[in-house]
Amino acid sequence: MKNLWLGLLLLPALAWANEAAITVKAPVDLSNHDSLQRGAKVFVNYCLNCHSANYMRYNRLQDIGLSEKQIKDNLLFAGEKVGDTMQVAIDPVEAKKWFGATPPDLSVEVRARGADWLYAYLRGFYKDDTRPTGWNNTVYDKVAMPHVLYELQGVQELNHETQALELVKPGKLSPSEYNAMVGDLTNFMAFMAEPAKQSRQMIGIFVLLFLGVMLVLVKKIKAEYWKDIK
Amino acid sequence: MAEKKVSTASNALAGVVDWVDARFPLTSNIKNHLTEYYAPKNFNFWYFFGSLALLVLVMQIVTGIFLTMHYKPDAQEAFASVEYIMRDVFGGNIIRYMHSTGASMFFVVVYMHMFRGLIYGSYRTPRELIWLFGVGIFLVLMGEAFFGYLLPWGQMSYWGAQVIVNLFSTIPFIGPDLSEWLRGDYLVSDATLNRFFAFHVIALPLVLLGLVAVHLIALHEVGSNNPDGVEIKALKDKKTGIPLDGIPFHPYYSVKDLVGVVVFLMVFAAIVFFAPEMGGYFLEANNFVPADPLKTPAHIAPVWYFTPYYSILRAVPPIGISQFPGVVAMGLSVVVFAFLPWLDRSPVKSIRYRGALYKRWLTAFIVSFLILGYLGTVPADVWGQFGAWMGKADRATVVARVCMAVYFLFFALMPWYTKRDKTKPVPERVTY
Repeated sequence: MKNLWLGLLLLPALAWANEAAITVKAPVDLSNHDSLQRGAKVFVNYCLNCHSANYMRYNRLQDIGLSEKQIKDNLLFAGEKVGDTMQVAIDPVEAKKWFGATPPDLSVEVRARGADWLYAYLRGFYKDDTRPTGWNNTVYDKVAMPHVLYELQGVQELNHETQALELVKPGKLSPSEYNAMVGDLTNFMAFMAEPAKQSRQMIGIFVLLFLGVMLVLVKKIKAEYWKDIK
Repeated sequence: MAEKKVSTASNALAGVVDWVDARFPLTSNIKNHLTEYYAPKNFNFWYFFGSLALLVLVMQIVTGIFLTMHYKPDAQEAFASVEYIMRDVFGGNIIRYMHSTGASMFFVVVYMHMFRGLIYGSYRTPRELIWLFGVGIFLVLMGEAFFGYLLPWGQMSYWGAQVIVNLFSTIPFIGPDLSEWLRGDYLVSDATLNRFFAFHVIALPLVLLGLVAVHLIALHEVGSNNPDGVEIKALKDKKTGIPLDGIPFHPYYSVKDLVGVVVFLMVFAAIVFFAPEMGGYFLEANNFVPADPLKTPAHIAPVWYFTPYYSILRAVPPIGISQFPGVVAMGLSVVVFAFLPWLDRSPVKSIRYRGALYKRWLTAFIVSFLILGYLGTVPADVWGQFGAWMGKADRATVVARVCMAVYFLFFALMPWYTKRDKTKPVPERVTY
């Protein structure tokens, strides 16, 4: 009988993951404002043509060190106001016709998929002539999205024997430059998914310090009252 | 009163209290429930969770009120309004995380509280009604959590609600009509969201508060149990009539519970401020994708506090094409707690004086409960399949069936093993 229970205890150790594991680690650093600003620029220039970020306001970019004027001059192209959210001009019905799927809103994409997934995804496009767009992706098979950044990355092909990606035509950026750029982009999207994360953690430190002081006090009060209970 | 001149602040206060007491039993209530409610002096760690459950209840109500000020119960706007709270409402992200963390922590606290009742026999005579009210609180809390989970209108909200409401459609004859009636539509939709909102913010909280009130009234009528399972009212001071091992709840337990409150708040704050998703257990990643009635997620998992029962649901094989047996087993696995007072035939209450037989069964039950809980969070094929000798059955399903059997046998065999167990003599006074 005892052995049975011991066996039951050990069973969870047999668990293994059955999803394709993401092996790369996204360089997310929310305190690196330079990286976040570069990422914001890439996001506005490339992603925001098709994808919206409907819950993200432009003026929130002040949190990553941009002034209102810098936002207006560099990131607003179509007469938006700085307090607006990141809308997209593309008509969702038309988009569905073109791509077969409406490009999803990206405001909280990192929270849904994870930064590592996104980082791997942005580096995982390869040429595949069987797809309508001519592109496929190693972490999102048969994805509807074409490789928007191919001019920068160049063209990759999948070696079906080793399952590795090979750069067959270099782009404007070297592989390390490209990785750094999508790293910045991933970092920015991680920020955008929860802009208040850093300030929340800052408040958290003070809350815990306050509670730590409270703990000392209430323990003393408790000991004082309970000393006559025998 | 009238001839005495009010000269100090304390006299003024006493005057006000007298005035109120002549019209409302203020002082007598404070005495009955706080300053002259005598609790056993040997409460240990496990006795913090009752007051903590009350704390979480209040916290959920207060944060919930602030959330309803900005939340929109509308299928078109719900998801966006939650993000609005997270980004544009001042302090909204912290209030929302307090509420979402509070939901999970409510179950943590209540499970600990129930476990306390289990090991110290707090459900035994004369506390059967306290226990029954408690089971009622647990059931309503599950409903409250389920209805609330639909409100963010993410993929898991939507498909979780779809799965649970569909459980009712397995009931023979009336099932399909019943689930349609619950949804208010042929599928989970705006109508469902609106009624779930109504249940979540007003109907169930009212029931919950009522049940908590009677839970406490019943408790203060018969007095608290303690880790020794000794009735402290059996031995009273001859002169004062106060139980020898009793101490007034206030100030002794109010100051002691304060320590528990602060420690709990530290854990709570650490989650809210540094890990509000708790690795996907408190807030699931898929719930950051807006609900899409046309796209079923590959793996639908309930939030962790429902997973033991969900495992039982999945473990029961269907009869023909009917999943009803699984639904019955799941319902039974929750309701079975209500029968504990009449299943336990042991001459002692507390685990301290019980024999090895009970302790082994309890351990097996807890282990089974935890394994079922884990298995409910993962797909049934998580451990692969057995070979042909077991008909290539999913390993996890077979394990879940074994655990389910242990789960129910813990209750079903209780009258037998508690009676047969070798118990130790119970002392006259509590050990402190």
